[in-house]
Amino acid sequence: MSTTMAVLGEFGDAVDFIFDERESPAGGARVGGLGEMWELMWEHLKLSGAAMGIASAISVPIGLWLGHTGRGGFLAINASNVGRAVPTLALIAFFVAFLGVGFWNLTLALVLLAIPPILTNTYTGVRQVDRDTVDSARGMGMTGVQIVRRVELPLALPLIFGGIRISAVNVVATATIAPLAGIVTLGDPIINVNTYGDEGRLAAAIVVALLAVVTEVSLAALQRGVTPRGLKLDRREATT
Amino acid sequence: MNTSDSAQPPGPSSRPAAATLEFRDATKRYPGQDHPAVDGLSLEVPAGEICVLVGPSGCGKTTAMRMVNRMIDITSGDILLDGSSVRERRPAELRREIGYAIQQIGLFPHLSVAGNVATVPRLLGWPQDRIRARVDELLELVNLDPHETRDRFPAQLSGGQRQRVGVARALAVDPPLMLMDEPFGAIDPINRERLQNEFLRLQREIRKTIVFVTHDIDEAIKMGDRIAVMRQGGKLAQYAPPAELLMYPQGRFVEDFVGSDRALKRLALQRVRDVDLWKAPLVRVGEPVAEARAKATESEVPYPLLVDGEGKPLGWLSEKGMQGERVEPELRSNPDPVLELEDVLRDALSDLLQEEAQYGPVVDHRGQVVGVLSIEILGHALRSDPDEVPSGADAAA
Amino acid sequence: MSAPLAQLRIREDPTESCEADNGFCPDWIADNFDRYVDPFFEHVYLTVVAVAIGFAISFALALIAYRRRWLVSPITQVTGILYTIPSIAAFFLLLPLTGRGKTTALIALVAYVLLIIFRNVLAGLDNVPDETKDAGRGMGLTDRQLLWRVEVPLALPEIMAGLRIAVTTTVGLATLAFFAGAGGLGGQIFSDITFKSNVVVAGGLAVLLAAALDGLILLVQRGITPWTRAVAAR
Repeated sequence: MSTTMAVLGEFGDAVDFIFDERESPAGGARVGGLGEMWELMWEHLKLSGAAMGIASAISVPIGLWLGHTGRGGFLAINASNVGRAVPTLALIAFFVAFLGVGFWNLTLALVLLAIPPILTNTYTGVRQVDRDTVDSARGMGMTGVQIVRRVELPLALPLIFGGIRISAVNVVATATIAPLAGIVTLGDPIINVNTYGDEGRLAAAIVVALLAVVTEVSLAALQRGVTPRGLKLDRREATT
Repeated sequence: MNTSDSAQPPGPSSRPAAATLEFRDATKRYPGQDHPAVDGLSLEVPAGEICVLVGPSGCGKTTAMRMVNRMIDITSGDILLDGSSVRERRPAELRREIGYAIQQIGLFPHLSVAGNVATVPRLLGWPQDRIRARVDELLELVNLDPHETRDRFPAQLSGGQRQRVGVARALAVDPPLMLMDEPFGAIDPINRERLQNEFLRLQREIRKTIVFVTHDIDEAIKMGDRIAVMRQGGKLAQYAPPAELLMYPQGRFVEDFVGSDRALKRLALQRVRDVDLWKAPLVRVGEPVAEARAKATESEVPYPLLVDGEGKPLGWLSEKGMQGERVEPELRSNPDPVLELEDVLRDALSDLLQEEAQYGPVVDHRGQVVGVLSIEILGHALRSDPDEVPSGADAAA
Repeated sequence: MSAPLAQLRIREDPTESCEADNGFCPDWIADNFDRYVDPFFEHVYLTVVAVAIGFAISFALALIAYRRRWLVSPITQVTGILYTIPSIAAFFLLLPLTGRGKTTALIALVAYVLLIIFRNVLAGLDNVPDETKDAGRGMGLTDRQLLWRVEVPLALPEIMAGLRIAVTTTVGLATLAFFAGAGGLGGQIFSDITFKSNVVVAGGLAVLLAAALDGLILLVQRGITPWTRAVAAR
C-alpha cells in the first residue's frame, strides 16, 4: 500500500512540475511550469517538423518515381531493413562526432532516420496499385506524370501516410535525445536530470509519451481520411 | 487390397471394405433463412457404388455431402453409415474413416507429397515403415512414380498431379466411404477426361462407396452408378441409374436439367465394344482382286479395307486400286477415323462426323482391326432398350 | 618552474595526438577494445531476452485472438500504444515502479515488440488458404492438430519476418537502455559522444549485432521452411 502511494506520489510530483515553476535542484534557475514545458515542446516539434518535412519532400517523389517505373525495388524495400538496424543513438552520436552539434546537423540525422519508412511505403503503395487501372489510364492517353499524379498517387496515399506516420513517431521519439547534440527539446529534463530534478524527468517522460501517442493517433486519423471509401485498407503496412 | 491396410483394426473384421450409406429424411436449416438448404433428403447408396449428387448451384448438393462427415451438422433426420448414425460419432474420429477430396484439393503446401498422403495414417499412429509402403502403393495406384514424386512439394506439381495426390491422400487408410466435391473441377477439360477415366478404372479395382458432387450432368452420367438430381431448396428431384434418368426423366426440372440431347448423352454410356460391329472385309497387298471383291460383297461395308502384315489398317481400297490382277497399295484412301474398342460411342460418333465418314475401322489395344463401326450402328444404339445400357463404372470394365 | 618530463613525453606520443585530433585511431581501438566487450554482451542479453519474452507473450495472445476475433482490436490498440511510447520515455515512466536496472529496460523493450509480433503471427495465420483448412478438418484433424500441424507451420514465414523486424529494432532501442541503468553499448557511445573512434566502434558493434541476429534468424527460417524455396512447377 505504501509503495502504491509512493508511486502515485511520484507521478503527482511530476504532474506538479508541468504546471508549477520551482527552484532548480542544482540551484540558481527556475525550472518547470507550463511556460517552460511549452518552450521545450515547441523546440521538439520544430525539430521533428523540419526533419519530417524535408524527409517527405525527398522520399515521396523518389518513391513515386521508383514505384511508377518499377526500378530500384531492391533499394526501396531494403532501405527500411537497413535503416532499422542502425540505432538512433548511434546515428545521433555519429553526426555529433563527425559534424559537430547544431540544429541543422541534428535535423540532417533525423532526416536520414525518417527517409526509409516513407520511401519503402511510397514505393510499395505505388506498386500495389492495380496494374489494370494503370493500363487503362495509359490507354486513355495519360502521360507518365499524369498517371502518377491522378491515378497512382491518390491510390497510394493510404500507404504513404502509413509510412509518414511510422517516421513521425520515430522522429518524435528520437528528438528526445536531441540534447546530446545540443538542441534543447523535451528530452532535456531526461538527459540533464540534475537541472530539473527527478520529478522534472518523469514529467518530461509523460509529456513525450503523450506527444508520441497524439502524433500517432492524429496521423492515423489522417490516414483513414485519405483512404478512398472503396479501397479496403490493408492494416499491415509495408514496414514497421 | 488386403484388410491389414484398412482403417478397421486387425482381427475379425467388423465392417466390409465398402460401407452402405443412407440419408434418412436429412434436413439442414440455417437460422434466418426461409428455405432449408437440404430438405428431407432420403436415399440409399449400396456398398461399392458411386452416387452422384448433381444439380444447379444452390441446390444443396455440397451441403448434403458435407453432412455425411459432419463438416456441417444436420438439423433433423439422420445419416447412417453402415446402419449406424453419424450423429453419434465424434467428428474427428468419423472423418478419419471417410475419404475427403475437394475441388481446390487443399494439399498442405508445407508437406511433401509423401507427407500429405501420410496425414491420416500418422493421425492413426501407424508405424513408419507401414506408412512408407502404403504411400508408395497409393502413388502407383494413381499413376504417379513414387520415387520421382514422393519428396516433391505441391508447388512443384502440375494441376493434374496435385489432383491425383489429393485422391491418394483420401484413400490413404482404405476408408469404406469417400466424399468427393467436384474433385476434377479445377482441372482443364482435356486432363479432366483422362482423370475421370483413370478414376473409373481405379474404382473398378477398389470398389468403394463414393458420394460424388458435381454441377455437370455429363460428368454425372459418366461417373455415376446412381444419380441424385437435386433442385433449389435442397429437394431431391430424382434418384436413378443414368440410363433410367435419360430415358425416363421425372418432371420438367429433371428433363430440362438433363438436357434435350438426352439420347445423344446415352451414347456416353456405351463403348464401341458393347455394340455389334460390322465384319471388316480385310485384304492384304498382293491378294487377288477377285477375292477382295468377294469379301466386300459379303460384308455390309462397300469397300475392302487394306491392312498390313500385322492387321493394322492402311486404308480403304477404291475401284482404281482394284483394276489389276492383284491388290495395289497405292490407290487407297485414308482409313480415318480409326476407332478403338475402349472409345465411348459419343466420341466415336464425333470422330466420324469430323472426318465426314460413314464408317471407320475399329482396332483393339494392339492396333489390329476387329471390325467396322458405322453411323447406322450408332443410330441403332440410340434406339436401344435402356436395360441393355450399362452404367458408368461397369462401362469402364 | 620547468615542465615535468612526463608531460613532455606525453606530448610526443603519436597515439595521444590522434586522440587529441579526434580522428579515427585504430591503435586506440585495439588498445581499448576490452571496454566494449561487457557492454556488447549486456546488449546481446537485453535483446535476446526481451525478444524471447515478447515473442512468448505475443504468440500466445495471437493464438487466443485467432480463435476469438473480438479480441484482435483491443489487443492491437493496447500493444499499439505500448509500441508508440518512445522507449526512453518508457524507461523513466517505469522508474518509480521498477527502479533502475535491467528489469525496467526489459519491460520497456518487451512492450515495444508486442505489436510487431502479434500482428505478424495473426497475419500469417490468416493467410492460410481456406481450402487447406477445410481439407485438414475433413480428413479428421482436430482443431488443435490443425493449428499445430498445418496453420502454424504455414504461418512461419510471416512469423519469422516479424521476428527479424523485432530483433533489429530491439538492438537499436537497447542502445538507450543505459538510461535505465541496464548497460549496453549505448552507455559506451554516451560516455564520449564526440570521439569518432568510440562512436564508430560502439555504433558499429550494434549494427553488426543487428545484422548478425537478422542473418541468423533468416538462416533458421530457410532451414525450417523448405517448401517456400521449392521451384514452381512447369
